[in-house]
This record gives sequence, C-alpha cells and structure tokens, in this order.
Amino acid sequence: MTTMLRQMTTRGTPYLFLLPGLVILGALLSVPLYKVVEYSLYDNVIVERNPTFVGLANYTNLMTDPGYWSAGFNTVVFTVGSVLGHMIVGIGLALLVNADIAPRARTFFRSMLILPWIFTAVVVALNWQLLLNPFGLINYMLQWMGLTSEPLDWLGDPDLAMWSLLLISTWRGYPFIMVSFLSGLQTVPRELYEAAEIDGAGFWHKFWHVTLPQLKPVIFGVALLDLIWTFQLFPLVWLSTGGGPGRATEVLSTLTFRLAFVDFQFSQAATVAVSILIISAAFTLLYLRNEARRL
Amino acid sequence: MSDIVQPAQATQAVNEERRRRWRQAAIYAALALVTFVMVFPILWMISVSLKPTTETFSLPPRLLPETFHWDGYAKVLTDPKFRSFLINSYVVGLAVTALSLVIGTLAAFGFSRYRFFGDRVAKLFVITTQMVPTITLLIPYFGVIVFLGLYDTLWGLILTYLTFALPYSIVMMNGYLDTIPKDFDEAATIDGCTPLGVLVRVLLPVALPGIISTAVYTFLLAWNEFLFALALTRSMDMRTVPVGISMMVGEFGLKWDEMMAFSVIGSLPVLILFMLVQRFVVGGLSAGGVKG
Repeated sequence: MTTMLRQMTTRGTPYLFLLPGLVILGALLSVPLYKVVEYSLYDNVIVERNPTFVGLANYTNLMTDPGYWSAGFNTVVFTVGSVLGHMIVGIGLALLVNADIAPRARTFFRSMLILPWIFTAVVVALNWQLLLNPFGLINYMLQWMGLTSEPLDWLGDPDLAMWSLLLISTWRGYPFIMVSFLSGLQTVPRELYEAAEIDGAGFWHKFWHVTLPQLKPVIFGVALLDLIWTFQLFPLVWLSTGGGPGRATEVLSTLTFRLAFVDFQFSQAATVAVSILIISAAFTLLYLRNEARRL
Repeated sequence: MSDIVQPAQATQAVNEERRRRWRQAAIYAALALVTFVMVFPILWMISVSLKPTTETFSLPPRLLPETFHWDGYAKVLTDPKFRSFLINSYVVGLAVTALSLVIGTLAAFGFSRYRFFGDRVAKLFVITTQMVPTITLLIPYFGVIVFLGLYDTLWGLILTYLTFALPYSIVMMNGYLDTIPKDFDEAATIDGCTPLGVLVRVLLPVALPGIISTAVYTFLLAWNEFLFALALTRSMDMRTVPVGISMMVGEFGLKWDEMMAFSVIGSLPVLILFMLVQRFVVGGLSAGGVKG
C-alpha cells in the first residue's frame, strides 16, 4: 500500500513541476485563441453588448477587400526581404567575427555588433527617422558623394518607404542570425577544415563545401524562426512608418491594429488576426517538424 | 646540422608570416569599419541628445557636439511623468522576470529530469507557444484583461508578459539543466534530498550562468515590449518606457534633444545588464533558444 502510494507520488512528480507553467500557458493561450476565432464569426464585438452572429461573412468581406490583399502583399515583401537581409548580413558578420583574431577583440566586436538587437523598437524607429530625414545624415552623405542632387524623403515617399523599412529591419534583426550562426560555427569539427585545407581549399571553397552543409539544419531552423517572427512583426513597422505613407508599408499586423484600435472594427480586426494565425501555423508546423527530430 | 635553416625555406616562412599579418590587419580594418557603421545610429542618438534642437540637422554634421548641452537630460530627469514611465517599466520587468524564472525553472526541471507520459507533446506545446503571433492575441487579450478588471493596471501587463516570457524561460533553462550530468542528482538523492531539494540545492548553483542569462533575456523582453503596453493601458500613470517615448513624438514634435535623451536613459538598463552578462546571454541564447 505504501509502496503503491509512493510510486504514485513519484510518477506524479514531473507533472507537479510542470503544472504551474503549463496551466498559465494553456489558459492564457487557449482561451484567447478560442475567443479570437469566435470574434471573427460575429459582428460588432466588444463595442456592442450583444453582437450578431454572421458566420463567415467577415471572411468573405476580407477576401474581396483590396486593402487586405495589398497588406498581404506588403507583408510578403517585408518578411522575405527582412529574412534575406538578416541572413546575408548576419552570416557575413559571423564569418568576419569568427576570423583568426585575438579572442578579446572577438568578444569586443561581437558585443558591439549585437547592440542593434537590444534596443526597444521605438528607439530604433526614432534613430532611423533621424538618419533618414530629408535633412538627415544619410541624405547629406548621398549628396556629398554626388549620388543624388535632391534630398530623398526615404520614409515619406511611397516608392522608397518599403526599402527604408527593410533597411531598418535588417539593421535591427541581423544580430540574432549572427549569434546563432556564430555558435553553430563552433560545432563544426575542425578536422573537416583541416582536411579541406590539405586539399588546397580556399576560404570560399571551405565556406560552400564545409560550413554551409554542416550548418544547414541550424540555418534552416533559424531562418524559419526569423520568418515566423517577422511575418507578424508590429512595433517596428508601426513606429517607423505607421503603415504609410498612405498604405505603402501597411502589413497585416498594422492592418489588424488599425482596424481594432483606430477604427474600432474589432470583428474585422479579429478576422485579419485569424488569417495571420493560420499562415504562421503552417510555418510553425514546418519548424516543429525540423525541431522534433532534434528533441 | 638541423639548426641550419635552408635560405629558401626561411624566406618562405617569413613571407607566409607576413601574409598572415596582412590578412589579420585587413580583417581588423574590415571589422572596425563594419562595427562603426552598425553602431553609428546609436552613437548618433547620443550625439543628438547632447545638442540643442537648433543643431539637430545643422551641416556639416558633427558626431561630437561643440559644447555639451544637457538640457534634454535635465528636462527629462526632473519631469515626474518620465520618472513614472521608468518606475512602471522596472516594476513590470522585475515582476515578470521573477515569476517566469521560478515557474519556468520548475517546468524545465520536470522536462530535463523526468521521462513521463506526454513529455514530448508537452515540450512541443511549449515550443509552439513561442510561435503564436502576438498580434493575433491582442484583441482577445484586450477582452480578457478588461473582463478580469486588469485594464490600465500594471498587473495586466505582468500577466500578459508572463505568458510571452514563460516559453523562453522553460526552453532556455531546460537547455542549461540538460548540460548538468545526472550523477549530481543521484548523489544528492542518495544523501536524502527530495526532488525539489535536488533542484534548489544542487542544480541551481551550478546553473547560475543559465539563470542569469534567462533572467536578462526575460527582463529585456518585458522592458522592450510595446504593442500590449500600448493597448492594455490608457492613463499616463500606467505607461511604460517604450510607450512613453512614442508619446513624446506626438507631444513634442521636434524636440529631438529631449526625445533622444529619454531614449538613451530608457535604454541604459538593458544596455548595462546586457554588457555585464553578455558572455552568458550569448551562450544561453544559442544553448536554449535556438537549439531547442
């Protein structure tokens, strides 16, 4: 009897440790996720006490709304551009920092290069508004070098705003890739490089034929994670351009926020939010398949 | 005989050494240049915070102001409104860090030290929660927080951020605990330690770098959060630093010295924390956050 009791409590031990965390995560995620789907099936939620059930009407409205499609297109451009920017700059800098230099210098450069990542989005947006201002430093440099004669309104011109946003997003997001790639580099066996060197391989050859294949799973996982996060990113876009000028940089997340907290159309906002959820769920499944192999 | 180096070999060795030196110098130069470019926006922010507004856009631009102008800092530091932004951010950041560290470590211990029915599913669930788009949660959270009577309170923010921070704490701490050999636990269990005793007395002291990096990451997450802080609070008394800074933009329009001064002050806590422990954090992010 006592042994059975002891066995039961021992078996229960891991569940006790997990209980508080899983209860909080479960309650604070499952209830809101259920709610947001429910909201998207009603009209005038939150603002009215008794909203009317409208079925999928919000979804059909959305599908015929050009504003939604243009925000969706911008989201794809922003996400793909940002992830590419993060990967290229992040991997490039990781290789540079990982070069044959004094360990103290490496630590110094690494911690300096991580800095863009630790500032809050408001500060990042303000910094770049200052630099990209028509009278700002970047225009001054471009004019000084003779690349433009007139100052460009980087954030205010509909043709330039998305490029500026991608520049800001690249600066903000590359450190995460750099750090992940740097730590991945430490796991590549030295012998592989030595063998390649004996065969007379140069820097690029070693990068293409040793580093990249060895780190493929790491790169894939990190890129996917970055994609999932960037796809739903709100603060950086909202604070840098506010989705403007006009709707030139409106992405799905800023559209959701605008519908909810500017127009008070919570039902339409919930519908956009659910569409974001569905798309990121697809990428999350892909990520989990990659991760599950390593668990 | 063997001491005598062949002249041809010697020149080759010298050439090789010289080439290595040149290569290293080129790497240092490239790193210095790239780092300067990447850090420049931050340096420029500090520079603008120390110039009067009339000089913000004056040409040619000077990184080092002619005279240091501290008015922006003086204004921001004496205004009770800014002090309240800072205090709110500290309260929320510290509360979220403490709560998610305790709850997250307990869960991480369960994952790291036990095999049980449903452990893989539970782990995948925790990883999945990191992927849920926060913007999707915003509208229902707004409803739930209002329903709980926590709208426009710091409690609402603490509860919300706890949900976002917990998955990271669990995954990061799990990564750290996994690196500690199980022999430690067994020795302590034989000495009569309960599972909780093993965790607190044996594992936590060894996992201190992991705890520190998890704590710093959680604090950073809470300190920098903008979207929910904006949507779940309304009164000036409940605003946090990021929302506070964003409101200055509308309020002051062109007072760049004050905005940048407060940006610098508002970034200092995370900057200092990160610099102090960046060795741990960088290791921890890669050990826990990415490699699962």
